[in-house]
This record gives sequence, structure tokens and C-alpha cells, in this order.
Amino acid sequence: MIEIRLNGEAVRLADLTNLRELVSERVERVEGVAVARNDEVVPRSEWADAIVVDGDRIEILVAAQGG
Amino acid sequence: MPLTIADRQFGSRLITGTGGAPNLEVLERALRASGTELTTVALRRLDPSATGSLLAVLDRLGITALPNTAGCHTAAEAVLTAQLASDAFATDWIKLEVIGDERTLLPDVSELLDAAARLVDEGFVVLPYTSDDPVVARRLADVGCAAVMPLGSPIGSGGGIRNPSNIRLIRETVDVPVILDAGIGTASDAALAMELGCDAVLLASAVTRAEDPERMATAMRLAVEAGWAARHAGRIPERLHAVASSPMEGRAQLG
Repeated sequence: MIEIRLNGEAVRLADLTNLRELVSERVERVEGVAVARNDEVVPRSEWADAIVVDGDRIEILVAAQGG
Repeated sequence: MPLTIADRQFGSRLITGTGGAPNLEVLERALRASGTELTTVALRRLDPSATGSLLAVLDRLGITALPNTAGCHTAAEAVLTAQLASDAFATDWIKLEVIGDERTLLPDVSELLDAAARLVDEGFVVLPYTSDDPVVARRLADVGCAAVMPLGSPIGSGGGIRNPSNIRLIRETVDVPVILDAGIGTASDAALAMELGCDAVLLASAVTRAEDPERMATAMRLAVEAGWAARHAGRIPERLHAVASSPMEGRAQLG
């Protein structure tokens, strides 16, 4: 198991979880979703290859009313 | 005449925001009534309890989403948010906001200019929310922003256009579209913005927080159209004294 910060909260995950798995467990459609890892954008095309590691700070962001 | 921003044309000169609506149903009716073709959206942490999809609403109405960097206080934060928004919404357009003060939500123009230059370099179509300072507007245009969006008064204040002269000066100063952003309270404010020479108006709270958002959206659509038409209809000069509108000749001899 690893422990990460996901949207500011501590979350425990199985080893070798990738970002695509992390996102698809939490959102229905990936359009309008963005992911930052440790203050850097991880483009959608790279999610499947991006293995989450212990201590990562990950933000999953979606469209919200604003502006 | 359509509104042209960068390489895109819009029939409507009213750009709306989506913030402040009590729910998506009310928002959808208001957006439809507004006739807008471009509306801002924010990027926020996933809320597992949220229902409905904002993007689905925009899809249904054929409205293009314009992501913003609302809530950012530094150029670095704003650039990262723009990059995230680009990936989320598959667009290189960004409404750039860099806030310098929590109470007034006035822009931090130094961070704004820095972020604007960096995002233009990265290929973004940058629409910056800025102060009503003509010099800052010129600087933003000089670094390559696709429009400048001066405030009328603070965000959500409904204070109207506090410095109409500056808005006119900005229109004179830059060659890119000028979009009055923030401060609109009611329809006459939107009409005034257009009469001052703005190419479009961006508003959110004035509609979404009105008692009847759909009706206010209609009012804003009409006001923007009216202001634009009046601006180009060649208004009469303002005079101190009256100019009679009925001829003096041919009056009856009475009394």
C-alpha cells in the first residue's frame, strides 16, 4: 500500500495504481477533468502510464460553476 | 457585425459566467435566454456529492466553455491552472484572473502581466480580467492578449461602471476587443458599456443572483444589443440648451 494526498486528503492506494485508474474510479466521464501531480499537469494522454507513488500530492479537478 | 476574438467569430456580444446560479436548471434557462455563445467555467476539486454536469448543459445549448483561473493569486498558480484547464477542456482559450486583494477581488496587475506573457508564449489565447487602467490594458495588448477585459467595478458588486472615461480611453488605446468584465448590476450598465465602445460584456452575478435569472438574462441580451446599436447609430451631441424638435414655421396664430 501507498499513501498519497488526493485533493488535500490522505488516501491509501494499492501499489502500482496509475492515474487513469485513480480518476476513472471517481468520475463518470473524463471530459472536463484535469490532473495535477506535485504541482505539475499530467496530460490525459499520460494518465495510463503514470504510476502513483507514495507521498504524491494529486489534484483531480473538474468543471465547476464560476466566473 | 460579429464579434471577432482571435480566430473566432461570435454572433452574441454577451459573454456570461456560470458562477452564482442556485442550480443547473436555473442556469440553463438563463443561459438560453441570454443568447450567449461563450461562457466561463472554473476548475475545482471534484465534489463527490455534486449532481448534474455543467459541461452537459453547455453542450446542450451549443455554448463554448471558456475556462478561467479564478482564485489564483500568483502568476505561477494562474499558469498552472491554465495548463490544467487546457487539458480538461481541450481548449487553448483562457480567461486569466490573478487576484491581488480578497476584499475587493481587484486584479494584481503585476502578476497578471507576467502570467499573460507566459501564457501567450505557450500559445494560449489569453483574455485577461484587468483593472480599468488604460496603461495596463496597453501592456496586456502589447504582450499579445487576444482581448482586454477591464472591470467596471469589483466582481459581484453590481456597482456598474465607476470610471466610464477610462473605459473609453482603453477602447482608444488598444486594437484588440475590449470586454467589460465585472461590476454590471443591471441592464443599463451593460448598455452603457457598449455605448462607451466596448465590443462585448462579460457578466455573471447580475444574472445568476437576480431574483429571476432568466428574465434578467433576457434584459442583458437586449441591453447589449441596444447599446451596440446606439453606439453605431451616431448619437446626437449633448447640449446644455434645448433644440426644438418641432418646427417654428407654420404655427397657428392663437390667443
